[in-house]
This record gives sequence, structure tokens and C-alpha cells, in this order.
Amino acid sequence: MISFENIKKSYGERVILKDISAKIHKGKITALIGTNGAGKSTLLSIISRLIQKDGGKVSIYEKELSKYKNNELAKRLSILRQANQIDMKLTVRELVAFGRFPYSQGRLTKADNEIIDRAIDFSELSEYEHAYIDELSGGQRQRAFLAMVIAQDTEFILLDEPLNNLDLKHSIQMMKTLRKMVDELGKTIVIVIHEINFASHFADYIIAMKDAKIKYHLPTHEFITKNKLKEIFGIEFDIIEHNKKKICNYFNN
Amino acid sequence: MRVLFLVLILLIVSFISLFVGNQAIAPSRVFGMDEIQFLVFTVSRIPRTLALLLSGAGIAVAGFIMQQIAQNKFVSPTTAGSLDAAKLGILVGLLWFPHLGLIQKILLSLLFCFAAGVAFILLIKRLKIKNVILIPLIGIMFGSILSAIATFFAIKYNIVQNVEGWLIGDFSGVLQGQYETIYLIFPVVIVTYILANQFTLIGMGENFSKNLGLNYNTYMFLGLLCVSLTVSVTVVTVGTIPFLGLIVPNVVRIYKGDNLKKVLPLTAWFGAVFLVVSDILGRIIIAPYEIPIGLMVGMLGGLIFFLLLMRINK
Repeated sequence: MISFENIKKSYGERVILKDISAKIHKGKITALIGTNGAGKSTLLSIISRLIQKDGGKVSIYEKELSKYKNNELAKRLSILRQANQIDMKLTVRELVAFGRFPYSQGRLTKADNEIIDRAIDFSELSEYEHAYIDELSGGQRQRAFLAMVIAQDTEFILLDEPLNNLDLKHSIQMMKTLRKMVDELGKTIVIVIHEINFASHFADYIIAMKDAKIKYHLPTHEFITKNKLKEIFGIEFDIIEHNKKKICNYFNN
Repeated sequence: MRVLFLVLILLIVSFISLFVGNQAIAPSRVFGMDEIQFLVFTVSRIPRTLALLLSGAGIAVAGFIMQQIAQNKFVSPTTAGSLDAAKLGILVGLLWFPHLGLIQKILLSLLFCFAAGVAFILLIKRLKIKNVILIPLIGIMFGSILSAIATFFAIKYNIVQNVEGWLIGDFSGVLQGQYETIYLIFPVVIVTYILANQFTLIGMGENFSKNLGLNYNTYMFLGLLCVSLTVSVTVVTVGTIPFLGLIVPNVVRIYKGDNLKKVLPLTAWFGAVFLVVSDILGRIIIAPYEIPIGLMVGMLGGLIFFLLLMRINK
């Protein structure tokens, strides 16, 4: 269970996060939405200790993040950031194998190898297992990085715009994969998403950010309304209901 | 099978290196050498060949680590100021502590080399512009500044010629009793192999390493320490060998990728073979004189690198 209280962050004069608090629901997908520069990625990076916060505290199971050993934390919480500008020539399998690093420090056991196999299968990358990641398409590479996170096998998974570079088919596939991870493996996922319909369709909860604050933290169906969406994004929405899921049309203004 | 082939090549070039030189010693006469031949063989040829193998392997591996730490394929001890820092270290030793032994000299140049490495890495991590070409250029500038400081003191104390002497790597001066410090490279390469996964992760960047629970700074400093040790040992013992640490890892990378655990043996092998072959050619081409090893490495390496780039761009 992840919670954070009174998180503050600013770069010089520019306030990125203003006193932010929330509790992430366990075993659910929470989508983090908001306009560019609303502080979504910064929040995610702070929760995952990649950047320092100016104030506040983040805890996992009531224990503060800083009290965890690096290695212990890496077995509980993983993060995949946007635009992995990693210019390394590794094969898909080598990359995914690094997901086991917190457990094996690189000396893979038989069990590790089985987990790696499954993660590659799960992400449908078996045929590219020995291809170098710099030779893959953007979408395949994205999936390879997700497979690494799957192999890392943490209870909490934070994803910063994992749908970048993915075509529609693979975006849907990625979201279905995440859904499966939550429903079948009991993971807790927080995901930064831009396309609101993906959030509407796949997320259980939505955290909507604006002006360095959390404006709403609600179950998805409660959040997806004309007024709230307009408040967050500043454009008009039409909400269409289809098979009990809401679809947001924002092309009519 | 392939491993056997590579080992065989290594043995053959080492063997040739043992029998090439001014003093003709035929391989068939190994057990029937006269006194002078025996002396040349044990005091010069064997140490020289061992020094070549170890420096070649060490510098190639050091280059690889340096590139991972800087996350830039064009960074190497030559293009990050490490060589110049090591040189400055020796100069300081020579001027202010003239009675230092070989080990102390190495420690002093290690200190300078390490400090320069840390300074360079901190500098490029703070840099907003992450241009691939800019970073080695900054490294070269950084090295030039260090070199200028060294030259200033060298001129002031009238030892320019000595200082220039270290600039040019030279294995002809490698003699029994004076080169044994080069063996230090061996444990460094072993340690590098043990920590290979950690160094590969460092190459994936700070965020990536942190996510996997790796203590980024610790391993970065360890990596720099390994690099500095290799560089200072080779500079003190045989002089500088430019570009080896740049060319070898990049050639290996093109074919085998960046996973250090997988490519380290090959990198070390290629570095060693490349240096031995360059040295043999340097000894043969204008015999009885020698072409300095740095020049040979630069020419051969430049050529290989150029050909590779041409092939890749096709």
C-alpha cells in the first residue's frame, strides 16, 4: 500500500508540486492524468525515489521510503519512465534479465530464468528474444522494457506514459496486459496516461492533477463527467456511454 | 571451438612477439640459446610480451567501463583527460617528491587520474546539453588544460623532454625488474569481470540503476577507480597508448553489444592481440629501429575503425 503526504517540489521559483497527498488503492490501476506540466511525472519520480522531494513523505506499508534498503525497495516497487533514451546494445533477453537484478545481482538461477521466459512470453516478444533492442521498433522496445518490469516482479509498478510510441493495437495490448497483471497477479499499477479514453476504459481510479495539485482522486466512472474533464483539460467533452464504459469525445470544439 | 580459435591466435601472436627483434633468436633454438640470447629473452622479450598483453587487455576494458560510466561511446581515457591527469601526477611526484619509488609514483598518478575522472563525470552529469560529440570534446579540452598545467611546470623546471617522453608509449624499455607493476592490471580486470553486471547497469543511467536497487554512486566510483588504476599503471610503466581504449570496445560493441559480462573476455582479448600485433609491426617495419607503439595503434586503429564505419553505413 503506497501513500504520500504533503509532497512538495519546486525548481527555483517554479512550483511543480504543492502539498500533495493521496493513498493509492491496492490491487487496482490508478491513472494519473492532467495537462503537460501538471506535475504527473515529477510525482511519479518522487514516489519511486528517483528525484528528491522538498518536503513530505512517501510510505509503502506505513514504512517511509527512505527507511528501505535500495535493494529491498527494488523488489517491491518498480518504475518505467517515459522516453527510455537508453543507447545500449543489449538483446531483449539480456534487458529482461536485468529485471532480476535485485534478486540475483546478475547471477541468474534456474527460477530466475523461468521468470524471464514468462515475462518475455507475457509481452509477446519470444521471437525477438535474441534481437538487439536498438534494432526493434519503438513499440517493441517499449514492450521489452515492460517485460523487464514484469520480470522485476514487484507489487507496485509505476509507469510513465507507457503508451508512447505504441500504435493503437499495441496500446490496447499493453493496457490489457496491465489489466491482466492487476487482475491475475494482484499488482498495483499507477500509470501516467494522456489519452483519456484509455484511462476511462482500463483504469479503476483516476487522479487528476492541475496547477501542481491533485484536483480529483475518484473511481473512474465518477470522474469521467463533462464538467470535471473540462475543468482539468480546459476543452469541451462529449461523454458517450457504451457497454457500461464511458467514451470521451473531444473533437467537437 | 571459437574460444579455442581465439586462444590459439593469442598464443601465436605472443609467440611471434617473443622471437621478433634485433637480437635474432630462432624459435628452434629456445633450448640452445647462448648467454646473450638467453639474457635478451628473459630480461626483455618475455617482460615485453607480458606487458603488451596486460596493457592491451587492461586499457581496452578500462575504455569500455569509461564509456559505460559516461554513457558515451566516444569517451575513453584518451578523451576524458585521464592520461593527462596521470601524467600530471607523475610530474608532481618528480618535482616535489623526487625519491618516490615506482609504487608511490603509481599511487600519486592514480590519485590525480581518479580525481580528474570524478571531476569529468560530475561535469558532464551537470551539463544540460547531452550531445554525443560534445562530451568527448569537453573531455579533450579538459585533458588539454591538465596537460598545459603539466607543461607549464615542466618548462619552469626544465624537464620538458622527460615529460614528453611519457607521452609516447614505448615497450622497448620494458625490462625485467622495472615492469612488474603492470601485473596490477590483472586483478583489476578480474574485479571488472565480477562487477560486470553492475557496470552495465551504470551504463543504463542513474534512474535505471536506482530502479533496480543498485547503489549508483558507489559503483560509478568503483568503476572510475578501476579505470584510474589501469591508466596510471600503464602510464608509469610503459607510457601512454592513445585510442586503444576507444577503438577496441567500439569494434567489439558493433558485433557483440554492450553486455559487459558477455563481451569483457572478447574485449580483453582483442585489446591484447591488437597491441601485440601493433608492437610486432612497429618492430619489423623499419628494423633495426622501432616505430613507437602509440603511432602504430593510432594508424592501425584508425584504419580499422574507418573501415568498420564504412561497412555499417552501407
